[in-house]
Amino acid sequence: MTPSVPTPLAARTPPLAEPSAWHEISLTVNGRPVTAQVESRLLLSDFLRDRLGLTGTHVGCEHGVCGACTVLVDDEPVRTCLILAVQCRGTEIRTVEGLAPGDAPLTSVQQAFHECHGMQCGFCTPGFVLTTTALTEQSDRPDGEQVADALSGHLCRCTGYRNIRRAVCQALGERFGE
Amino acid sequence: MSHDSYPQPHGDGSWIGRSVPRVEDDRLLRGNGRYVDDIALPGAVEAAFLRSPHAHARIDSVDVSAALAAPGVVAVWTGDDVADLPAMLNKEELRTPPGLAELLDPVVRMTPMPLLAADKVLYVGQPVAVVFAENRYLAEDALELVDVRYSPLAVLVDPELSLTPDAPLLHEELPDNTAVTVATRVGDPDTAFANAHAVVSERFEAHRYVASPIETRAISAQVDPYSGRLTIWSGTQTPHRLRDAIAHTLGLGPAAVHVIAADVGGGFGQKGILYVEELIVPHAARRIGRPVLWREDRNENLTSSSHAREQIHRIELAADSEGLIIAIRDRITVNFGAYNMTGLVVPYNSLCHLLGPYRIPNVDIDVVGVLTSTTFATPYRGAGRPETVFAMERAMDRLAAELGIEPEKLRARNLVGPDAMPYATGLVDRSGRPQTYDSGDYPELLRRAVAKADVQGVRARQRAGARNGKYVGIGFAMYIEATGLGPFETARIDIAPSGRVRLAIGAPSQGQGHRTSMAQIAADAIGVPFDVIDVVGGDTEATPFGVGTIASRALVNAGNATHRAGRLVREKIVEAAARRLGVEADGLGLSDGVVASKEPGGPSIGLAELAGRAPLPGTPEPADGRYGTEISETVHFRPPGFAVSSGAHAAVVEVDAHTGGIEILHYVVVHDAGNIVNPMIAEGQVTGGIAQGIGGALYEEMVYGPDGQPRTGTYMDYLVPTSSEIPDLDMEETFTPSPMNDLGVKGLGEGGAIAPQAVLAGAVEDALRPFGVVVRRGPLSPSRVRDLIRTAGRT
Amino acid sequence: MKPSSFDFTAPSTVGEAVALLADEEREAKVVAGGQSLIPMLNMRLARPEVLVDITRIPELGRLHVDAEGNLRIGAAVRQARAAADPAVRDGWPLLAAAIERIGHPQIRNRGTVCGSLAHHDPAAELPTAALALDARFVIAGPRGTRTVTAEDFFVATFSTAVEADELLTEVVFPPLPADHGWAFEELTRRHGDFATVGVAVVLEQGPGTGTVRTARVVFSGAAPVPVRLAAAEDALVGSDAGGQALAAAADVALAGLAPSDDIHATAEYRREGAAHLLVRACTNAWERC
Repeated sequence: MTPSVPTPLAARTPPLAEPSAWHEISLTVNGRPVTAQVESRLLLSDFLRDRLGLTGTHVGCEHGVCGACTVLVDDEPVRTCLILAVQCRGTEIRTVEGLAPGDAPLTSVQQAFHECHGMQCGFCTPGFVLTTTALTEQSDRPDGEQVADALSGHLCRCTGYRNIRRAVCQALGERFGE
Repeated sequence: MSHDSYPQPHGDGSWIGRSVPRVEDDRLLRGNGRYVDDIALPGAVEAAFLRSPHAHARIDSVDVSAALAAPGVVAVWTGDDVADLPAMLNKEELRTPPGLAELLDPVVRMTPMPLLAADKVLYVGQPVAVVFAENRYLAEDALELVDVRYSPLAVLVDPELSLTPDAPLLHEELPDNTAVTVATRVGDPDTAFANAHAVVSERFEAHRYVASPIETRAISAQVDPYSGRLTIWSGTQTPHRLRDAIAHTLGLGPAAVHVIAADVGGGFGQKGILYVEELIVPHAARRIGRPVLWREDRNENLTSSSHAREQIHRIELAADSEGLIIAIRDRITVNFGAYNMTGLVVPYNSLCHLLGPYRIPNVDIDVVGVLTSTTFATPYRGAGRPETVFAMERAMDRLAAELGIEPEKLRARNLVGPDAMPYATGLVDRSGRPQTYDSGDYPELLRRAVAKADVQGVRARQRAGARNGKYVGIGFAMYIEATGLGPFETARIDIAPSGRVRLAIGAPSQGQGHRTSMAQIAADAIGVPFDVIDVVGGDTEATPFGVGTIASRALVNAGNATHRAGRLVREKIVEAAARRLGVEADGLGLSDGVVASKEPGGPSIGLAELAGRAPLPGTPEPADGRYGTEISETVHFRPPGFAVSSGAHAAVVEVDAHTGGIEILHYVVVHDAGNIVNPMIAEGQVTGGIAQGIGGALYEEMVYGPDGQPRTGTYMDYLVPTSSEIPDLDMEETFTPSPMNDLGVKGLGEGGAIAPQAVLAGAVEDALRPFGVVVRRGPLSPSRVRDLIRTAGRT
Repeated sequence: MKPSSFDFTAPSTVGEAVALLADEEREAKVVAGGQSLIPMLNMRLARPEVLVDITRIPELGRLHVDAEGNLRIGAAVRQARAAADPAVRDGWPLLAAAIERIGHPQIRNRGTVCGSLAHHDPAAELPTAALALDARFVIAGPRGTRTVTAEDFFVATFSTAVEADELLTEVVFPPLPADHGWAFEELTRRHGDFATVGVAVVLEQGPGTGTVRTARVVFSGAAPVPVRLAAAEDALVGSDAGGQALAAAADVALAGLAPSDDIHATAEYRREGAAHLLVRACTNAWERC
């Protein structure tokens, strides 16, 4: 049922009269090496979306509050609207498309959001899923305060958060034991 | 995770009533959602709008020459460039239903909005020019080069000042700054007030806040070189209205415009109206000859997409010595902002939901919608109901205090009882018919809320006194909501040759999970498995007629249309199978996608075989000359009246009198939305609505300075609550099926958002009773709570 | 909301960075974590001609305790790393607590300690903490390197002692007395927001006296710079940090602070809140002594 979306596309350099200086960057995105020409001012969010076709990274506010554009850079959740693409030389980036590529089964975090109905419109979901993924990748189980702190870095306008908290709880339970 | 704890109103193995996990999720969880900005249109140019920095000013000149010469710029338009197009007027929303016109004779003044302001600007954020460039970066570069000269004019932010006789006129063609007036009277309110045992008279304000979906608005348009038609992707809640408006504006037939509401990242009403950007972008796609994308940024969304909620109520209640309310009077002022976008919708919703679940024989309500130098205000989740419920429930609390009755007891004494259903209020509903509550058990809602909230426990804690300056309080609020607004919605069901079922509905989804809930309805109605159904929503090709997902209407209207279409399709399938099998239709049953004889061992045929028998090589020519059986049905469901949902909320809060901080200790909601199709989705809708209500009650406010400048134009200042601010809820349902439709359902998308402001204000006021505080306005920021305590202490 | 055009460069030495900043031909701005700067770029409130990314300068990535026992944090050290560092948590717990109140982990994973200090939002956590901890700021420029005290570093909202051609390379926190207690308290609208008003307190107990020997009291959100309130400190020093002394200090705060109104809170609220927080913070700090 699910159409498989090719990810990532080859980096695309648009032929346009960009006044700011261009730089070549090489980095890893979802396990694949990428080399691209980017303008100095190109935000990482726009690089991922417009140049690599990874539109699962959503742009909600462009000033670092809503968290919809969160991805993992070197395993840490960060806002892609507050990072320039040119700052990402040599980094390893994971986006939501990289979690369960192609027809691979959903990860336990993704599955938890599905089972707990921790999503409605889906726009904020990739950000929440990636922050939760980072929590499950910590060596020790994060305490309640750390989880609350991490989740408060994301806005959701649909769910009222209750089912998101349930989903995170379920995913952490599966990773670390109840 | 299980939702088995839910009561299962249709617990007979049917799909309806089950918490079926959503079929939408897999795609969205993999990052494969397709929101407007995700749809790649090769060769697209991006639009960026230059917006007025003034709240009210004359435009003296616009010079775009430098912008046109900027790198990557394709075109720059001003008001002169679109002067040949008609100004925007959302006729559907501004229409007064005939019954209302006849009975109440409301005044609704039209204020058409120019696609780009040419002569004057009326709010900060109004589009003045638009740049089309190779990308958004370059478009924003060029915006800075557009030179506009303004002569500022007098600014009106306060709607009451806007109504004064010497106020400057905002729309010079109108006699004053009034956009809408409507009034209603029932019984003899003047005499009732004169004879009352007790009267409370208060002024309450609902403050301005906004929908703020996490996906901002967006639209893209492309001319299909093959057909010459326009294809539009829009995050709209009303694709058919958008199609018609685009066609009208551009002088095209509706068939020349195809609107698709793709994935939409939340709407809440803000995406349910028409905006000038949605008309300019399709126009540009045709004129420039390239696809055009516009995607709003957050600052634009907060300042220039529709606002909501701002109302003033001068409300009076009259009661007899038993605490029965004998009359209500309310003078409601609605701040419309700069344009009259949706006419009576919000004012009349406020009017006809003011009485709520209460029996009040004498009624006197006036509403005036006022134009000001602020962004236009339109329906947002609740659409006039949260405001009116705030006023009514606050007045109930004041009356309870005046009479020395516990607030929940005063409410209980005045409720319409279940035996009174259907109950006629004496008012006229929004469609112009006598207002009738179709069903509900309001006393039961309140009983359950009171029991869950443990009033006695709270009172005992209050008697024990505050600890460390922390005061506990409890509040109650009740509401009713007329849901399932007409005029109609469409469902079309086709059986594909493969045997799969395609269901197309007019209403798009912005997260409500229609692909799941509507498929549940169709599966039961037809008698096929849930997973053979594919749902398409909000595509004007799939259903040429439709209205949209607004006003808690999709489940009632599209759901019942789906149900009826499904039943008709079921009949056709059985008849076709009878012909194919050469038996009587009476002897056949359809379940799980197979038509089979009711007799054991009798003949049967599957849907795929029935619908898809194709002329394979070597297949004999069918006797009737037909290959397969084409089965489809289209139903336009017209609701005969409103399905009235209802609810009782209770909240226990702790207020820190030192810091003004409020902690919600317990939030109780008991609601009734008739039969529930998918309890998990329903619970999610109510929970989300309450979170938005809590946001409005405690955190969110769209603030204007006296100069008409919005001061909360970013997410740094406009405070959408995070997970840390929204507590878990204690939720229960009652089920009184609506007699207004086959499924017995009522809408529930808005209900959650209606009561939180009122219930939290009541709880805080109750907590601060030792100080003698009265809450007349939100949001209850810590600073405002401290102000209340400080000023109450002084008087 | 897209940045205006600029060039970008990532030098590998402080000397190169300073040379870029000193180039009068082009207006340059330093970027490290970018969590304060990039929002301003996106809104076009800042429009530099060239960004100088200092995160590729190896020496700026150091966090260590020097021979004199000072904590030294280089300009490229991210907040999350500093807050998690055992030396910081043991020796400067107030600093770790202040960092943990900055926004959200997604911000702290990227933002730097020095970046927040050099940006200087007066409602932010780190300027207040730095003043309370008597931090010193090492600034490199074309005229050489200089060190500035916290008192002199914060000039006004979004303005510090760092000149346009200079670079804050390091912040230095001196060791704290052995028997000190600390507290960092804020009133915020939502989890992670800038403080409506906040206070950082460091109390030192006199050996065996049971009384306050030294006190540092610093408020955020009360003025265009973090405010150290000497009169409140005087009210505490020599006292037993009991109710009377705390009330006296709170009175001083009520009288001595002159915050302003904004959309989130009135000046009156901030003043009252500061006095209330001060009592809470002193109580907590004294318990930690």
